[in-house]
Amino acid sequence: MIVTPITAGEVAKKVINKENFFILDVRNEDAFTDWKIEGESIQYMNIPYFDLIDGVEEILDQIPTDKEVIVVCAKEGSSIFVAEMIAEEGRDVSYLQGGMKAWSEHLEPVKVGDLKDGGAIYQFVRIGKGCLSYMIVSNGEAVIVDATRMTDVFIDFAKQLDVKITNVLDTHLHADHISGGRKIAEAVNGTYWLPPKDATEVTFDYEPLEDGRVITVGTSKIDIQALYSPGHTIGSTSFIVDNAYLLSGDILFIDSIGRPDLAGLAEDWVGDLRETLYSRYRGLAEDLLVLPAHFMIIEELNEDGSVSEKLGKLFANNHGLNIEDEQEFRQMVTGNLPPQPNAYQEIRQMNMGKIAPDEETQREMEIGPNRCAVR
Amino acid sequence: MIQADLIVDAKGLACPMPIVKTKKAMKELEQGSVMEVQATDKGSTADIKAWAESSGHQYLGTTEKDGMLAHYLRKSDGQEKEEMSHPHVASNEELETALSNRAEVIVLDVREAAEFAFGHIPGAQSLPLGEIDIALSDLDKEASIYVVCRSGSRSDMASQKLSAAGFKDVKNVVPGMSGWNGPIEKSVQ
Repeated sequence: MIVTPITAGEVAKKVINKENFFILDVRNEDAFTDWKIEGESIQYMNIPYFDLIDGVEEILDQIPTDKEVIVVCAKEGSSIFVAEMIAEEGRDVSYLQGGMKAWSEHLEPVKVGDLKDGGAIYQFVRIGKGCLSYMIVSNGEAVIVDATRMTDVFIDFAKQLDVKITNVLDTHLHADHISGGRKIAEAVNGTYWLPPKDATEVTFDYEPLEDGRVITVGTSKIDIQALYSPGHTIGSTSFIVDNAYLLSGDILFIDSIGRPDLAGLAEDWVGDLRETLYSRYRGLAEDLLVLPAHFMIIEELNEDGSVSEKLGKLFANNHGLNIEDEQEFRQMVTGNLPPQPNAYQEIRQMNMGKIAPDEETQREMEIGPNRCAVR
Repeated sequence: MIQADLIVDAKGLACPMPIVKTKKAMKELEQGSVMEVQATDKGSTADIKAWAESSGHQYLGTTEKDGMLAHYLRKSDGQEKEEMSHPHVASNEELETALSNRAEVIVLDVREAAEFAFGHIPGAQSLPLGEIDIALSDLDKEASIYVVCRSGSRSDMASQKLSAAGFKDVKNVVPGMSGWNGPIEKSVQ
């Protein structure tokens, strides 16, 4: 029987289509518990590869024969090793090419909608880590928001659309993933923008994103309006695009809200978070489509794999927007915080330009889920 | 340099090979002996640790130098001898008290050098059980000696050897390092 490689992109499609399949994850138990491929119809089994070195006979009857079986490990070596043993026992089996590293790095571009004068807005879903980036395109120009480390994907996508990247924006100084913003701006000779209050320690030049500042895309002037919305970080800025889309960064998600503690200042910033969500956002049009910088659970994905919801719906359904009592709110966002993202302090240092580790180290730093939200 | 009885070279190998080689080499190692696994795959640290836990071997620690990792493991079948026959026994707490009172005692750590390197009682002398016969003449027979190992088993044997050689005041510390809550010193980074 044969062992077939399967790419992270193919697995992403299966997850989006809610396909039913079986994952044999052969990483060690801690790694599996911490972070795995999530999907609504996936059946899992976790046995470390080192317990299977002498053979797979003992687990064979627990591996289904009526659905696709994908073996997963950290990089791929161990999954091939185990998959070959399963194939020798007469089963068809696949392994995830590049392992969880490839899963962490895969970006799935999805068109979110059109702009009024012919442009479009695209979302890049980093399905393995829950990060969302955006490309706003109009009349031959493109603006990128919250780009990830995989800069080629954005640059190649712009090439395919035949548009020129002019501006690259980050809603805030990220703590869960390495920003590709500065690198893209350098590569295309564009402008890199950061909120100045998040950038007090950065070692490079940037254009300050200030409240009310307008950035245009293309000759038709699709306005990107910056809206100061602190809380996740002191500088966090949201963008309103074409009066139709609200890019909310790490302030407001579909089923959760931003956590205020990743720069070490939960107590100080919880008031800002409350002010942003309960006052500033309340003043915005309810039919704005909220486009966050993250999703936390796979249920937040829409049918087409995108992540978005009308602001009015979130006011009605998002628990974090419906806590009347300020003390209770304070307690929720500071009292019960999830573990911090992997290497978040090093990631912040890197996004400030203070350290420049090699690519392998960057990959390691980003391993795991994003953990930017509180519910 | 940490002493090991067997060195496994897994440099340049990607997962799963470091563990496959380690597992194979472990079969040839004697019970209680120490293995050094040299590897360059960063993921090997977590995996060696998890594998040791699942297979019952003792994971001692890992050093890193210029991108090369050295993992240290001690072979164990998980069934160390329980019964102890040296008549003079001290609890960990008694030793801790003696040390904090600055009593003039010698702490003799009879575990393997690699175990000692990754954590020992400050001021303890390293004298692996296998080398004890050679080193006996260097020690003061009148001194108050506390003998420690990981669980109290090797130190029991060492205590008996010392008593038989004419040492007057020898106490076996039970359980020893596996239950030690006092200060710890490392000889590696």
